[in-house]
Amino acid sequence: MKAFRSMVLVSSDPLSIERGANEVYQKLQQEIKSYDLQDEISLTMVGDVGRHDSSPMVIVYPEAVVYGPVKAEDVHTIVEEHLYKGRIASSFQAPTRELTGRIAWLSARKGTLPAEQRIVLERAGLIDPDSIDDYIIHDGYQALVTTLTTLKPNDVYETLEKAGLRGRGGAGFPTGSKWKFVAKAPGDKKYVICNADESEPGTFKDRLILEGDPHAIIEAMAIAAYAVGADEGYIYIRGEYELAQKRLVHAIGQAYEMGFLGENLMGSGFNFELHVHSGAGAYICGEETALIESIEGKRGEPRARPPYPTTHGLWGKPSLVNNVETLANVPPILRHGPDWYRSFGTPSSPGTKVYTILGNVNVTGLIEVPMGITLREVIAIYAKGMKNDAAFKLAQTGGSSGSVIPASMQDTPMDFDSFSKAGVALGSGALLICAEDTCVIDLARVLLNFFRKESCGKCNPCRIGTQRIYEILTNISEGTGKMQDLNDLMSLSDNLYQLSNCGLGQTAGAPVRDILNYFRAEVEAHIRLKVCPTGICPMSGKKI
Amino acid sequence: MSTIKSLEDLKHAREEALKKKSAKATSGAAQIIVGMGTCGIAAGARDAMKSILETIESDSINGVIVSQTGCIGLCEKEPIVEVIIGEEPKVTYGKVSPDIAKKIVREHVVKHKIVQDHVIPM
Repeated sequence: MKAFRSMVLVSSDPLSIERGANEVYQKLQQEIKSYDLQDEISLTMVGDVGRHDSSPMVIVYPEAVVYGPVKAEDVHTIVEEHLYKGRIASSFQAPTRELTGRIAWLSARKGTLPAEQRIVLERAGLIDPDSIDDYIIHDGYQALVTTLTTLKPNDVYETLEKAGLRGRGGAGFPTGSKWKFVAKAPGDKKYVICNADESEPGTFKDRLILEGDPHAIIEAMAIAAYAVGADEGYIYIRGEYELAQKRLVHAIGQAYEMGFLGENLMGSGFNFELHVHSGAGAYICGEETALIESIEGKRGEPRARPPYPTTHGLWGKPSLVNNVETLANVPPILRHGPDWYRSFGTPSSPGTKVYTILGNVNVTGLIEVPMGITLREVIAIYAKGMKNDAAFKLAQTGGSSGSVIPASMQDTPMDFDSFSKAGVALGSGALLICAEDTCVIDLARVLLNFFRKESCGKCNPCRIGTQRIYEILTNISEGTGKMQDLNDLMSLSDNLYQLSNCGLGQTAGAPVRDILNYFRAEVEAHIRLKVCPTGICPMSGKKI
Repeated sequence: MSTIKSLEDLKHAREEALKKKSAKATSGAAQIIVGMGTCGIAAGARDAMKSILETIESDSINGVIVSQTGCIGLCEKEPIVEVIIGEEPKVTYGKVSPDIAKKIVREHVVKHKIVQDHVIPM
């Protein structure tokens, strides 16, 4: 895929086709050519984009203008006015009141590029992370001081509930409710824990927040402790993140000096002590109960749940465990209020999400965009297209444990509910974008190799299952797979999902299942024809 | 640094910090900010930083503030160096090698001539 100035999408659900979407598409093709714009503008038929009243719809990016219903004879004016002269042909725009859901949201952006919206990363890369002055200049610690001097604990979590903040670690659990559970759990001693063991391959959003803006996490944790009634906190940080650890420790020292941590904060009688605890680099310790075990000095193995950490966490006390990005959302919400926060993203998943973009695209890196952006937008606008104009084949969201998303699903809005409806997981925010020359068997093998090594070994389905899947995939990649392997892979990944003790095992089979669902022909080619369509697998005839 | 006990204290601390900051800007001093996240360091931000400090020392340049910041998400363009002279808008340089860093100090910071070849349009 090339980088284009503008991107035009035509809806192609059955109703749109019946109402002439194909004719509109052909006419668009002709008109774009007649204005000699074919090198600047991409034209694509997409699936169902939502609302049917106005179909067929034509959506023009980056302005995100929605035209509809479009007839073939309207196309000339739209192309001439919008694509050639750059003026929105407003008489053909879909009436706003008839738009709902995703399309309404697009249209509400009123002709603006779906710009990056930085809430969490507002200060990262702008301030000196070693300077508390810089943080204070940029509105730092306002939320904490206001909370401690004017708010009651229940005001805090009710505000978060109103804002609709959901956990950014991958599962999307409502943050306000979690805080409420811990606040209401009986117990004289409670803990707040920040999960900074970001070991999902390809995810580095938390590192960027910790390295660029460490005080934001300290502020959020103090607020969390006040809201749930805790007086001690731990930041469990991945062992490899040396720089982030150094900056955090430095920042915590400054916060103690200025009276944002310590005893009787703001004269409210509230005490808060904060520790940094370094992990030793185990993937499993990102799982919250394994993380708690690790802080307690035990081997990092997940606990049986229930009871959940909200009632029986660190040293058996009620504990709040939140991801770094989730916490980083808290001070801005308290500063600006829940209505402000709800103005970003989609109704069910308000706010922004930080994505790390990697793979076969022109620009890799990190973006923070409102929830509900689609994969197509990410690739075309932020990643500036695929490398070497290759075709987009699949994306993996959320690191190794995430879902494989085929090109046909690239118009699904990326928010928690739309993704779970589509049967995929948003995960932690890594977007691994793969071009057409990626072999799905090779990809799955790499992922399963990771899981079989990182499995803690506590429960059988995960310890043995990941190893068995890896062996079967290896045989397929060597050209010695059998058709029976397909059934075995399916039942193994089902067993992993249903029987594993924790999230690691439960998600380890997901990429295999997705690949069998969406790329079955390619897998079968490896087995029946003994051919790897992309020429990546060795196919040497060896067998494990 | 005094401890903060109320919103007034925080506002006061903020004003103090702002004053310090604006004093730097109005004195016409040049600020060089190096992106020192892990990605920047891996791409060679430390070498760029070292080269900047060495050049400042060897050429005996005065009134320059060198500081660091985190990553801004443009990992592709690391190491990133930003230069702010007085109250002029910030200039962002990408893929700064030690040699380019030296050039930035000698051309931009000393002679106020922006090294156009390496500027990232923001």
